Amino acid sequence: MQCVAVDPITVVAFNASFRLEDNGEGMKQGVDPDDLTRPFWEAANLDRLVIQNCTRCDRLQHPPARTCHQCGSDGALAWKEMSGRGRIYNYGVVHDCPIRLLQEDQPFNVAVIMLNDDPGIQMYSHLPGTPVDDIPIGADVEVVFEATANGQKVPEWRVVAGER
Amino acid sequence: MARCGGGAVSTSPAPASVYRVKEGLGLWEHRGKVAAVGIGHSPTFRRWDGTPENSVGGISLEALRRAIDDAGVNPADVDGLVMDPSTTTGAFWPRGKPLPWDSINAYNRTDDPLDGITGLSADWILANSAELTGIEFTSYGVGCMSNAICVAAQAIGDGRAHTCLVLKSWHNLEGRYYQGGANAGNAIPGSSAIRSLWGTPACFGTAVQFAEYCRKYGKTHDMMAPFIENSRQNGLKFPEGYWAQHRPEEITPEDYEAARWIAKPANLFDNDLPIMVSAAYLFTTADRARHLKQQPVYILNHATSRTRPRSLTPTLDEVEADTARTARKIYEGAGITANDLSFENMYDGFALFHQFHIEGLGYRGLKFGEALDFYQTDISISGPNPVSPSGGNIGCGRSRFWMHTDCIQQIQQRAGARQVTGVKPEIAVSGGPMPVGGNYMVWSATPGS
Ligand SMILES: [Zn+2]
Repeated sequence: MQCVAVDPITVVAFNASFRLEDNGEGMKQGVDPDDLTRPFWEAANLDRLVIQNCTRCDRLQHPPARTCHQCGSDGALAWKEMSGRGRIYNYGVVHDCPIRLLQEDQPFNVAVIMLNDDPGIQMYSHLPGTPVDDIPIGADVEVVFEATANGQKVPEWRVVAGER
Repeated sequence: MARCGGGAVSTSPAPASVYRVKEGLGLWEHRGKVAAVGIGHSPTFRRWDGTPENSVGGISLEALRRAIDDAGVNPADVDGLVMDPSTTTGAFWPRGKPLPWDSINAYNRTDDPLDGITGLSADWILANSAELTGIEFTSYGVGCMSNAICVAAQAIGDGRAHTCLVLKSWHNLEGRYYQGGANAGNAIPGSSAIRSLWGTPACFGTAVQFAEYCRKYGKTHDMMAPFIENSRQNGLKFPEGYWAQHRPEEITPEDYEAARWIAKPANLFDNDLPIMVSAAYLFTTADRARHLKQQPVYILNHATSRTRPRSLTPTLDEVEADTARTARKIYEGAGITANDLSFENMYDGFALFHQFHIEGLGYRGLKFGEALDFYQTDISISGPNPVSPSGGNIGCGRSRFWMHTDCIQQIQQRAGARQVTGVKPEIAVSGGPMPVGGNYMVWSATPGS
């Protein structure tokens, strides 16, 4: 097993942040941006959602990749800002989670969100604020940005008011 | 490829061109010219007990020897070995844990001390198989037994080997599945975070597809119970399987509906159990097969899906489009239709996607959305519509090869208590793993006309 030393400062930040969140949802693992995904994470820290786009094909792809899955180009990939609106495709309720940080929050929702900008593009969501296993399939959602365990923000999604 | 000097070989993954991925390729050029003539299975174990003989290397040698014995060939006549070098069920040797030198040194080792423990090279097999003196062709079919079967069948058809062992093995170590490593950490790399931050277990994508399937077609999870019950019943009649060997427990519909959720709507019994096991087949040319001990089971086609889902997990629409496309490829290359299938052994680990496979095939005329109703009819081995007579991973533990072994044994009429009796076993299909992305084969009692 990998042994991870936990920084006491991180733990304090974690607990404080969790209380502040107070949405019945646990803290996600922190994120260490890498070369491929850094623009996605930097945008998230600015409360912006960007998705990789091939300018040659005018086609979005997510997760990000080194080349366009359609034309194979590695030079035509850019980052495109999204509207931040989407729709709930369907969902599962996780009762047996492999991630240690999330285990005490079981069971929890994980929904598949389809972006309005292109319904072929999906993102996962814990749907903060939505009761467990009581999810309005097809409902409109909007992006919010949530801090993870190391402060990196991550796109999350909330059901748009009036949808329930 | 060829063995050089002290037994070292250089083995590479088979090139992508080996796999029949596209539609419109016509009949497989080697249709009916390659046959399975031997089967060897190791015993099963839940986890490695630390002994050399039950290491993944040890059980692989046992499976290989049993396949050679079963076929009745001289080991020196075997000239090919196709295998998957990856053996993990999700377990890896823990960083910092002392290496198991007693087991490592019980065999001729390679440069990697964990070769034969948490992985398996062709080098290791040949270094520990003195009787295999004639190997001229080695290749890796990376992923599953299904990959290795495609590679071996194509190699024999192409004349690169005439008598070829096909091997797939699995190791499993102590500890809970996928609970260590990055999953226990407080931060993960950005690329994996895009998918992994939400804590989804492996069955999540299938669970969402199944949820959408139920929503679209008006079905419910409890309608899966007859499939699960039937799979375990069949598995308990598979003496090579884990549940038959260690835990002869049926699953009743009540057991199934009471089981704890993993990712609702996928429960414990919708998931397969990681185990240690190895299986080997012996393939040869149809011409040679006719002179061997066992009834030849001819391969009419192999077909592959390499479809990439558009985003994080395939939608139901993507699944249905791809299973239909895969079925067209399977039938086209084999020169058959759905009406020719005596039975089906498509993959089931996760149980909640078996219906995608068989609806795509149009097994017994099924259309999308009809399989769960079909499960409420007689799908047993004694009826006219056998579903997963192997019992699959649900009935036998995770190997992803029970389905192939069962097709061969059924057609040879040596499936024992599991033998299908409601149909004459003439042509069968097996393969997987995923409904989007897998390898499939058609087995036949005759080489076809
Ligand atoms: Zn492109």
